[in-house]
Amino acid sequence: MGDNINTNALIDLPYAQLLREHPLAAGFFEQVGLEPPAPQQSTGELIATLDEFQLADCGMDAPALQQAFVAYVGRMESIARAQAQHTREIRILGGVDKDGAPEELDLCVHAGEMVCIVGPTGSGKSRLLEDIEYLAQGDTPTRRRILVDGAVPSQSMRFAVENKVTAQLSQSMVFVMDLAANDFLALHAASRMMDPQCIPSVVERTLACANDLAGEPFTPSTRLTSLSGGQSRALMIADLAFISSSPIVLIDEIENAGVDRRRALDLLCGQDKIVFVVTHDPLIALMGCKRLVIGNGAVRSIIEPDDAERTQLRALCTIDEELSRIRHAIRSGERVAATFDAAEGGGKEGGP
Amino acid sequence: MVSSSMKVITFAGPPSSGKTAVALELAERFAQHGRVGAIKFDCLSSHDGDDYEAAGIPVLTGVSGVICPDHFFASNIKACMDWGVRHGFDYLITESAGLCNRCSPHLRGAVAVCVIDMLSGIDAPQKIGPMLKLADFIVITKGDLVSQAEREVFALRVIKANPRARVFFINGLTGQGCHLLAKELEAAASKQEAIPERLRFSMPGAVCSYCFGETKVSDKFAVGNIKYMDIED
Repeated sequence: MGDNINTNALIDLPYAQLLREHPLAAGFFEQVGLEPPAPQQSTGELIATLDEFQLADCGMDAPALQQAFVAYVGRMESIARAQAQHTREIRILGGVDKDGAPEELDLCVHAGEMVCIVGPTGSGKSRLLEDIEYLAQGDTPTRRRILVDGAVPSQSMRFAVENKVTAQLSQSMVFVMDLAANDFLALHAASRMMDPQCIPSVVERTLACANDLAGEPFTPSTRLTSLSGGQSRALMIADLAFISSSPIVLIDEIENAGVDRRRALDLLCGQDKIVFVVTHDPLIALMGCKRLVIGNGAVRSIIEPDDAERTQLRALCTIDEELSRIRHAIRSGERVAATFDAAEGGGKEGGP
Repeated sequence: MVSSSMKVITFAGPPSSGKTAVALELAERFAQHGRVGAIKFDCLSSHDGDDYEAAGIPVLTGVSGVICPDHFFASNIKACMDWGVRHGFDYLITESAGLCNRCSPHLRGAVAVCVIDMLSGIDAPQKIGPMLKLADFIVITKGDLVSQAEREVFALRVIKANPRARVFFINGLTGQGCHLLAKELEAAASKQEAIPERLRFSMPGAVCSYCFGETKVSDKFAVGNIKYMDIED
């Protein structure tokens, strides 16, 4: 941390010069609850003027405060530098199954591709997602190894908390912060060190997209905690697509209700994400470019969709559209017409 | 200075943040290649010691009761460490519950961990004082329950509050993430040179009539080391 920054110089820079050369440093004073130095005063000089009560309010003694200042500037600047990351490919090398038998697996997944993970409960689907999240290097129970862009990921890439390579979405996630949707998105964009001038348009785009994915629209000022399940999921997905910088998205089930799953996944792939989805939803499972079948803790086989499956996917899409239409009709208090013929098993034209 | 190779690791964090779950998970990992003991500090009665015993880890429980929990910690920790040395532990884990946010039970020279949970609110990292600001490692729990976006915002706020710390997301229930944290803690603890002797940060003082049981709330009854608010009309 703090690479390329001369510690002594930083603490001795007059505030006006500090702001010019290290604008992110300004946040430090707000953080510790101090008035910033005068334009010609250095941070070191400011800290020297503090009495023990002021230091107590900062929660640190003077040497710790100096170290925190230098560490703050270094870390914020390294976060800002590391924003643009592009991952073209992830490669998964097999480990062992629950009995210790080798897993025959060497799978490359590229940006914009979606891989589905299927198998019974307890077979090891979530474990595979965990291995990818952890960028495992033979050091998890499965002993799998994950390569990013053909190389062993560095320790700092594996264990970064900021700028993490993987982002996650699961059925059990909720929003807990009591903020309006637009304020929260702006906060998230700012915490990704996005250019402040770009933030309003990114927020607008993300909200429009979330509204598009969610069946029922919500306003920018809706509080996160009052969004419905479907709206929350739609907003999380739009945020993953436009604000989160993580190139790999791990999804553990995505619910049917209130969000257009198909367009959500198309959106993520369209943003050049690498998407892994654990699912038993036939529509999603058939959408993947590959389907990993998990059993006894290992990938048992890899199924690539053939013509028959692609035909079936088109049929399922028609049924899905018909179902959403009926769902919408019921929500609007309408009576549902008989558009399905049980014997035929397909949807007919003409809605309720 | 007491000469012993026992490594001390202090765990602190707000109540119900998952300290015991995380500390236990780590204690069990340390126990695979060393002797581990634990000290559990609590304000009211505590059953968390039972969890350590169930895991086969010797534990001392200290309940501060009518005494300020932080001062209770500071006045007892040395004797607790001596107990650990007498038992020949390789690792001594201390866990202190719900200290006031002005306080920190972290010791100079010993590895300090702060456990904070994602559900505690967006301003929590800024509100928690020296316990978080002076920690070497910050463990964020319950991240599996909230959106990715909130995790990222929260993590950045934690880093801003303590830019020197290593930050980990840990699932206290499944132990996910503990594998690496255990390795990092061991590496950091191996640099400990002697049994710690000092706090990292002074504790707030009182010594006033309320310390001795006064219950009437008025400046007429407040006697001793008292601080009054400036109230303007």
